[in-house]
Amino acid sequence: MNSGPRTLVVRCPDWSLTALGVASGEPALVLAAGRVAAASGAARAAGVVRGQRRREAQGRCPEVAVLERDEATEARRFEPVVVALEDVTPWVEVSRPGVCAFGVRGPLRLLGGEAALLARTAEVVEAALDAAVGPAHPGCRLGVADGRFAADLAARAAGAGIAGAVVVPAGGSPAFLAPQPVGVLGRPDLADVLVRLGLTTLGAFAALSATDVVGRFGAEGQAVHRLAAGLDGTPPQVRRPPLDLAVAVDLDPPVDRIDRVAFAARALAEQLHDDLRGRGLACTRVVVEAETEHGERLARCWRDEGVLGASALADRVRWQMEGWLHGPPAIRPTAGLVRLALLPDEVVPATGRQAGFWGGATAADERAARALARVVGLLGEGSVRLPEWRGGRDPADQLVLVPLTGGVGEVGRVDAPPADAPPWPGVLPPPSPAAVHADPPPAELLDGRGRPVRVDGRGVLSAAPAMLRVEEGEKAQVAAWAGPWPVDERWWDPLRRRRRVRLQVVVGDGVARLLVLEAERWRVAATYD
Amino acid sequence: MGLPAGHASTLPDNPSAEGPAPARRSHPHSLAEAARRARTGAPAGERTLPVSPALADLLPDGLRRGSTVGVAGPGARSLALTLIAEATATGSWAAVVGDPDLGLAAAAEVGVALARLAVVDLSGPTASRQWGAVVSALVGGLDLVLVAPRRQVRAADARRLAARARERGSVVIRIGDAPWPDRPDLELALGGATWEGPEDGYGRLRCRRAEVVATGRGRNARERRVLLLLPDARGVPSLP
Repeated sequence: MNSGPRTLVVRCPDWSLTALGVASGEPALVLAAGRVAAASGAARAAGVVRGQRRREAQGRCPEVAVLERDEATEARRFEPVVVALEDVTPWVEVSRPGVCAFGVRGPLRLLGGEAALLARTAEVVEAALDAAVGPAHPGCRLGVADGRFAADLAARAAGAGIAGAVVVPAGGSPAFLAPQPVGVLGRPDLADVLVRLGLTTLGAFAALSATDVVGRFGAEGQAVHRLAAGLDGTPPQVRRPPLDLAVAVDLDPPVDRIDRVAFAARALAEQLHDDLRGRGLACTRVVVEAETEHGERLARCWRDEGVLGASALADRVRWQMEGWLHGPPAIRPTAGLVRLALLPDEVVPATGRQAGFWGGATAADERAARALARVVGLLGEGSVRLPEWRGGRDPADQLVLVPLTGGVGEVGRVDAPPADAPPWPGVLPPPSPAAVHADPPPAELLDGRGRPVRVDGRGVLSAAPAMLRVEEGEKAQVAAWAGPWPVDERWWDPLRRRRRVRLQVVVGDGVARLLVLEAERWRVAATYD
Repeated sequence: MGLPAGHASTLPDNPSAEGPAPARRSHPHSLAEAARRARTGAPAGERTLPVSPALADLLPDGLRRGSTVGVAGPGARSLALTLIAEATATGSWAAVVGDPDLGLAAAAEVGVALARLAVVDLSGPTASRQWGAVVSALVGGLDLVLVAPRRQVRAADARRLAARARERGSVVIRIGDAPWPDRPDLELALGGATWEGPEDGYGRLRCRRAEVVATGRGRNARERRVLLLLPDARGVPSLP
């Protein structure tokens, strides 16, 4: 049985916070798509956990600093760490900013022992972190084990620096993995099924017969089962690809702007993905290579436990370009890039994804993702947006649009209220208006004698509305109306207090409108189109 | 335009050559029926997109892939959302181009799967020049594209768009009253609507009783009308 090469994993804990310059003792959290993506130790101690909504997190820990996730900075600040590690070994694989790994066998010969290797790694990484983000970083976590998955878990379990490093003895990976909960496999759907089957630890899952696991969960289940058993997760038929799978693009004129490189990278990633798919292959490890006008060659290896899809590939390339082009001067290329290449370093037969079974992307999702990426390329970042549920009293607040950044199957995006969410007080009941005006047009609401309709302090109309005139349009007869419903928000906060009155009005042609009176002015907030 | 490989379409291009829809194009009712259909050429699901039950009388075959639909006048957005609801719920993607006002809460109530809805913002300085390229890219990858142009669409753009939709099997839905150089294959509009619920300050908007009129070209030439609650008190389009 192949238990995978002995691997050392370096993790920088809470990298999305550290990269933004948060010191280890400060309470802070990083939001991605409205949910907590990472929280510092101090915030976690106060009860902030990943996946929480912002409001809930602030309720638990009022003094917490709320930061938006910034993947570009994460990539940029991590690149010097990887460059520094190249002193230890030339073959560092980056999983994502904050986590990287390398095979132990080569550098071990040079340094003479795992203890010496760990000490050297810790020293190099900490020095690089000091330079990249300042001395207040929480250090690094080191784990060594047979196989990358076990090494990664060892690094998660490790304490800071060399003293806290966790070294799983050779051949000890299965025993180390056995008591771990199935949740660490990173497949919530599978973990859910397993827990309901009574298989709560990796040991219990690994004890199942591989045939049964493949029969029920397919090729993806097989890979996870191998991981749980302490075997190398990548199936045995991993092949070194023939060289002609590499794709490259010449950039003329030379490019030094990140957005232009990112655009070329996206097309290149799609090309590689399509080439591989045409041969029935998928990529698990890719080398990003760039050449500058001055003949400098930069290369970096990226790897993912799963299979790198087109958008995941494009992300890796973008992160890498951030690291090189916006990094500290010591590692920044001295001239514009003239050539960009992607070399698939490890490919596996594409097993084809079972549509929807894992909640993963279907063929339609992949196609849509590529079309939307192309539109982003045409119109710029932020031009394609996806709905996300936030909750609120007004139709405009309940769902907001967030820019498409990663793939379309982004984790953490919520498009419907959770089933157990309590109702919002003061929300307008369905049906909701089919048009919510981003820029509400002013309106005039008149009573039967042509006087403007007002609302007094107790929320009572001065007279029944009879005529509605929107902007400079025609006056229309009010056929029916309902309301007014006053809304008094944040009455405790003198600066952000908002008092409004809402009124539903049906005008002659069967169109209903939602009017809002704020600061003595009526506006059409929404139309029941 | 770099298109993803391996996605050649095998859709019938000329609707009039097909003649009236055979009865077997409705949804399968049994496994045996589904299997029989699968053996005889392409299944119905590949040539049409499903529509919600409220539109079953108007569009008994569903939404034909490759076709163009126009919705205009009052209620245009509700009609557009009703058209795409069932298809997005069964895995198709939809994009809205140039209509930042589309009510997302209403879309969710109508039954649109918001996980598969993208809103494209055309307010940027160069966006209007790239309208054709953007819509064309979307038609290449998404099953449903809702477009709300601000001004007259050029004849060449419209022709290219229709051809591409036919080739890729996508449905283009034109929202609003902007003039197009050609007629869509199918036009939906409200022929009279009344809101029920509010009465001089009491109550609230509960439902809209509306007559939906479908006209069009080719097989849609015969005018059809159906009375709908668009939407009903839950926000869902339904039969009264």
